[in-house]
Amino acid sequence: MNNQRSFFFNVDWVTVFIYLALCTIGWFNIYAAVLDPEHASMIDTHTRYGSQFIFMMIAFVVAIVILLLESRFLSALAPAFYVITVLLLMTVLIPGVGRNVGGNQAWIDLGFMRLQPSEFAKYTTCLLLARYLSGTNIKVTEIKSFLIAGGIILLPMILIKKQPDDGSTLVFCSLIFVLYREGLSPWFLIVTGVIILLFVLSLIIPNPWYLVSALIAAGFLLMYFYRRNRQMLLGLLIGTVLAIGLVFAIRPIYNRSLNAYQKDRIAVVLGITHDTRHVGYNQNQSKIAIGSGRMWGKGYLKGTQTQYSFVPEQSTDFIFCTIGEEWGFAGSIVVVGLYLSLLIRIIVIAERQRSPFSRIYAYGVASVIFFHFFINISMTIGFMPVIGIPLPLISYGGSSLLSFTILLFTLIKLDSNRMGIV
Amino acid sequence: MNSFFARRYVITGIFITVALILLARLFYMQIIDDRYLLFAKNNVVRPQIVYPARGPILDRRGVILVGNQPVYDVMITPKLVKAFDTLEFCRLIGIDKEGFDKRYKKAYKHSPRLQSVFEGQLSTITSASLQERMYEFPGFDLVLRTVRSYPDSSAAQFLGYIGEVNDARIAKSGGYYRQGDYIGISGVESSYEPELRGTRGVQNLMVDSRGAAKGHFADGAYDTAAVAGERLTSSLDSRIQKLGERLMANKVGSIVAIEPSTGEILCFVSSPTYNPNQLVGRQRSENYSELNQDPYKPFLVRPIQARYQPGSSFKPLDALIAIQEGVITPQTTYNCPGYYIAGNRRIQCFHGEVHGTVNLASAVAHSCNGYFFMVFEKLINQKGPKYTDTSFTLWRDKVLKFGIARKLNIDLPGENSGFLATSAFYDKWYKRGGWRSSTVISLGIGQSEILATPLQLANIEATIANRGFFYKPHLIKSIGDKQIIKKEYTERNYVGIDSGYFAPVIDGMQAVVERGTAVGVRIPGIIMCGKTGTAQTGHGEDNSVFVAFAPRDNPKIAIAVVVEHGGQGATWAAPIASFIVEKYLRDSISRRPSGITPDYYMNKNLLPAIVAKTPPGKKPSADSLKKAAVLDSLKKLKQKQVAAANKKAALLKQAAMLYKHKGNE
Repeated sequence: MNNQRSFFFNVDWVTVFIYLALCTIGWFNIYAAVLDPEHASMIDTHTRYGSQFIFMMIAFVVAIVILLLESRFLSALAPAFYVITVLLLMTVLIPGVGRNVGGNQAWIDLGFMRLQPSEFAKYTTCLLLARYLSGTNIKVTEIKSFLIAGGIILLPMILIKKQPDDGSTLVFCSLIFVLYREGLSPWFLIVTGVIILLFVLSLIIPNPWYLVSALIAAGFLLMYFYRRNRQMLLGLLIGTVLAIGLVFAIRPIYNRSLNAYQKDRIAVVLGITHDTRHVGYNQNQSKIAIGSGRMWGKGYLKGTQTQYSFVPEQSTDFIFCTIGEEWGFAGSIVVVGLYLSLLIRIIVIAERQRSPFSRIYAYGVASVIFFHFFINISMTIGFMPVIGIPLPLISYGGSSLLSFTILLFTLIKLDSNRMGIV
Repeated sequence: MNSFFARRYVITGIFITVALILLARLFYMQIIDDRYLLFAKNNVVRPQIVYPARGPILDRRGVILVGNQPVYDVMITPKLVKAFDTLEFCRLIGIDKEGFDKRYKKAYKHSPRLQSVFEGQLSTITSASLQERMYEFPGFDLVLRTVRSYPDSSAAQFLGYIGEVNDARIAKSGGYYRQGDYIGISGVESSYEPELRGTRGVQNLMVDSRGAAKGHFADGAYDTAAVAGERLTSSLDSRIQKLGERLMANKVGSIVAIEPSTGEILCFVSSPTYNPNQLVGRQRSENYSELNQDPYKPFLVRPIQARYQPGSSFKPLDALIAIQEGVITPQTTYNCPGYYIAGNRRIQCFHGEVHGTVNLASAVAHSCNGYFFMVFEKLINQKGPKYTDTSFTLWRDKVLKFGIARKLNIDLPGENSGFLATSAFYDKWYKRGGWRSSTVISLGIGQSEILATPLQLANIEATIANRGFFYKPHLIKSIGDKQIIKKEYTERNYVGIDSGYFAPVIDGMQAVVERGTAVGVRIPGIIMCGKTGTAQTGHGEDNSVFVAFAPRDNPKIAIAVVVEHGGQGATWAAPIASFIVEKYLRDSISRRPSGITPDYYMNKNLLPAIVAKTPPGKKPSADSLKKAAVLDSLKKLKQKQVAAANKKAALLKQAAMLYKHKGNE
């Protein structure tokens, strides 16, 4: 049963299949997005689809290597990995060492390839979080443990925010799902949801008093329902007052803490400004590409938006446009379906682990993939402001592909050992 | 730890919900909302108009009057312009640095990414030297276009010109024309615009996000080809057209020649004219404004827009009506004492000549005013002295049948209908019953309240040549292969005179050339029937008028020539007409017994010095002090009857002419 030499024994083939499917879909769509009839060769390294092909090959090798390696010491090595990543994240911030690409000081040039430490920070953070939370007598419900867990997540966030890569920074927020699964009060999720809702509403509705009146009304209504529960009444009262305070605070916070381009992007999504030429150009063209795909799409390599390069960054952050345009709603269903299957599969895997380390790590993987998938597609269809994060395994980019490969195959390796001793 | 096991369902639930929300949004965008398909198409498809070649216009023998000539436009795409030798480029296309900057700014303002015209219509030589060096000038392209060219350099007013369409026409065209399109503005170019312009094609080009063309939308399935404009064959004979233009050089006036058996216009000279090639190419606007300010009004289409008193050339028509009405017979004689007593006034015959006893033919031949005053008086007194207005209206209607005072609806824009006073006009003027035949007697010799265009004069001759009918005069014989372009051009318009009554009048007209007023222009071997006219203009020299047709039997050409301020009809108009007639019938000009040669007439300058103040085409007006005095007194007398102030002024002008009954021919 526990034949350690049978590397592929107990490997979760469903996950591997979904992984391969997404990589393949990615490569074909990158090919469509950057196709230039003058470079017809499929693996020409001067083109992005050529490079991506090589990245895929490297990723497959890395995947096999991970499956071959011993996973038992992973938990022990987690702090070391974490420290290395944090050091790398600090290194990129040193002028002259880190390379600035597209406004983000996020890259280290290794000569043969450029490395993006923030991609690997997600992995090592998940590992350390799993290691810490799986420790004996560690409960998220305890303030001390909660703060340490929060600190593990916050440190790389702060460093990445310095780059400033907003997208990657926000990805770490998704780890709240991990904490929730491990016992964090559901109020954290609810309060976070309410804050986001209030933030959006107060930006859309210029007059704060409308929102304040609505909040007071909602507060009284809830207090009436819970009039028997004194503790609840008090909570609701404090909550309402805090919410009203927040409504007034949001505008100043929004105006001060965000950059002009961030505010512009948010304004476009919320429909406060109707701009299709400058800030809103990307998103508008992206929506046109996806919307014009209809049910079955325009056909592979026949999307006019894609082939005539109307959508900037189409092979990376806006790769979903190619799918929407050339494969239509059918293609959208397949891709969204694949991600959802992957996420559910990861949760199934998580819950069948004997070791808490593996389970917590699995939830970390699911959270990160979910956040990428949700934010990226939302951005291409105009749900979210433009935040530069890739679509996992589909978007062009070596670091991204490699980091998701490592993230997933570490989980597969852990899972294949689930029956073993840990 | 597994106490929170159930939370896996919450997290799974959140994942599924989010995925479903995304799918719902995608479903809305991709299936329900169909705007995006349109946006995508608008993004990528640029309909580009393919302009057809404009149809050529030929003369009746197939000589090209207007054709198309290739020219090159220098196009610019400002975003693609890179550093280059600006001065060399300016030198090649013949502009200065300042002009370059101006054009560049204009193009950039139009669109930095789209192509626009930088400099239009380069000559073949310029474009040839530029062509081989174009690679040195990134962002610039040479594009082939066609412009009008006039190999014959003639018939400018007949052909008209094309120009950029104005906003009013764009609005009226219902979206057909766009800014920058060319359209026929005058002449045949204007009246046959729909036939000449052809059918535009559309190419649905695909462009990428930078506006670069990437092939045809749907492989050209929605593209349409341009269909070239129709070839128009005009009725003009370029030989006599060119001869006519040379003969009329440095003179103000018109020549209109019609083929009586078809109504086709053979010659259509409006003088002074201009070279139509002047309105093509880069100097177009300069030339245009220069021509537009020319005091001799070269843009005026005199054959159909200038109005003249026909003078004695009107006499044959008067005689025909009188015979038809039975008030005279060809044998009716009149003893001319050198003057005529009309009412209580004595009007001199031309130069006081005493014609003695004249019959109809000799009265026409020698242009005896007395005879025709007599004829006219008989016509107007036909119904008795109390019914002057009835008789006048009867007479007027007969005259109108010949095409006087009404439009002949020639296939050119801007035709003038001419003028002939009505009885109501005189009623207003003299009070009802206050006028009689003697009052309006000068109408009998084609003077005073009668104005005709040269086309109308020529049409009268065509009617006489046909012995009683005319075909509507027209300029275009066939469109493409279609021979009959309008049914009305094949219909005979009868003027209500029996064909038998024409012989004595034609006898007289033959005698005009053989022994009468125009004896000097006789063409050996060709029997030409004509009539001179010396029409008063009210100022300066009289207008020289000659109308004719030839040969007498089976006539091939009817002609009217007007030389403004040329004096007597026999002096200028008649010789010019005779050369045109002979050139048309024989294709050569023989030695004349009188010794006249075309060269003499070609070289003669008769341009009136005062033309600038009284542009031709406007009614002649009185200018002598004496007439002004009469005018003043009349003004006071008639003030009560004339209501509208501007109407009054027009009427007074007419009135002034009433009192000019000095010796007419």
